Amino acid sequence: MPLTTQAFDWVCSLVRKESAIVLEKGKEYLVESRLVPLARAAGAPDVSAFIEGVRVGHDRRKHMDIVEALTTNETSWFRDGAPFTAFSTSVLPELKQSRSTTRSLRVWSAACSTGQEVYSIAMLLKDSVVAEGWRAELLATDISSEVLEKGRKGCYSQLEMNRGLPANLLVRHFSRQGPQWQVNDDLRRMVTFQQMNLAMPFRGVGQFDVVFLRNVLIYFDVATKRDILTRVRQVLRPDGYLFLGGAETTLGVDDGWERTLIGRVSVHRPKNGGRS
Amino acid sequence: MRALVVDDSRAMRKIISASLRKLGFEIVEAGDGAEALEVLKSGPLPDLATIDWNMPVMDGLTLVTNVRAAREYRSMTMMMVTTEAEHGQIVRALAAGAHEYLIKPFTTDALEEKLALLGLMPEVAGA
Repeated sequence: MPLTTQAFDWVCSLVRKESAIVLEKGKEYLVESRLVPLARAAGAPDVSAFIEGVRVGHDRRKHMDIVEALTTNETSWFRDGAPFTAFSTSVLPELKQSRSTTRSLRVWSAACSTGQEVYSIAMLLKDSVVAEGWRAELLATDISSEVLEKGRKGCYSQLEMNRGLPANLLVRHFSRQGPQWQVNDDLRRMVTFQQMNLAMPFRGVGQFDVVFLRNVLIYFDVATKRDILTRVRQVLRPDGYLFLGGAETTLGVDDGWERTLIGRVSVHRPKNGGRS
Repeated sequence: MRALVVDDSRAMRKIISASLRKLGFEIVEAGDGAEALEVLKSGPLPDLATIDWNMPVMDGLTLVTNVRAAREYRSMTMMMVTTEAEHGQIVRALAAGAHEYLIKPFTTDALEEKLALLGLMPEVAGA
């Protein structure tokens, strides 16, 4: 049975309330495909029946299972390639000059999913500044506790390892653990995983030199995007860098940013060194 | 661009060749390492070779070693595409001269991402 309008609307409202993510009409297929595993696990005859059961049951855990299923995204190592090239060939050399006294960098992967993005950044830092004795701290946040747990463990299947990870980095930073690959401890120690809803205040995260906020703003409405970008400016150092996803921009959303092109990649920096 | 697909499994050659053709590669195939060396001697040099590890007559690691030793083949990119998935085997293949390593089974996305790493696919730019 196809997803009923009532079930779809209830899920949209739940996801909006818990994560500020907007699921528009036409995303019924997404809701259905993502919730099929939960419906099967619960023994429900179809997704609509599963949703109805959760709706009347008021089980908070099941509500969050639905939110997590709809806010978790596929990811790969060095996703899209070019932003990581821009980071290592342009952003990092500049930060190495401007931070040569403190010899310390803090990077935030703000929608880290299962950790591939943050570990990709960690590998670049490990093989450059950390190898030269710098301190590098990475914060990885996501709304989903399930993906955070996977990221914290740093264990990936062979299929996941095939996704965009250069073989020379695999052999340097991972070890085989049975059928899985485990991120080496020195890399894991660089990263702190923490649950966070980007639509809520960023409490106690400190200041960052670089923020990766990629492929997540697309899920929010304009007001929430503006609010998030404004608060990101407050935790980004005045000469820091923001990386967004390929389909995302600050233009027309938050005027406090200026855009710079590094090759074909747009990076965003607080306008007037954050004094605007 | 031209790709040499080296695998003793006809079915696997078909799968890899079909994926590469979709990306615009012209394909030549070989069933083992010795046959691959013959193909290299007789025709224009491919841009890419995908190379299985376990094959009769001449295995993939030996092929990689032979190709790397030949100056005239230097510009060809070599990617192992194999079920061999131990850490030490990947290290050996890279040390022998392979540029990348893709473990079977793999998805089309994974193949394309590896080709992007090798500069053989247009990368998607961040906007």
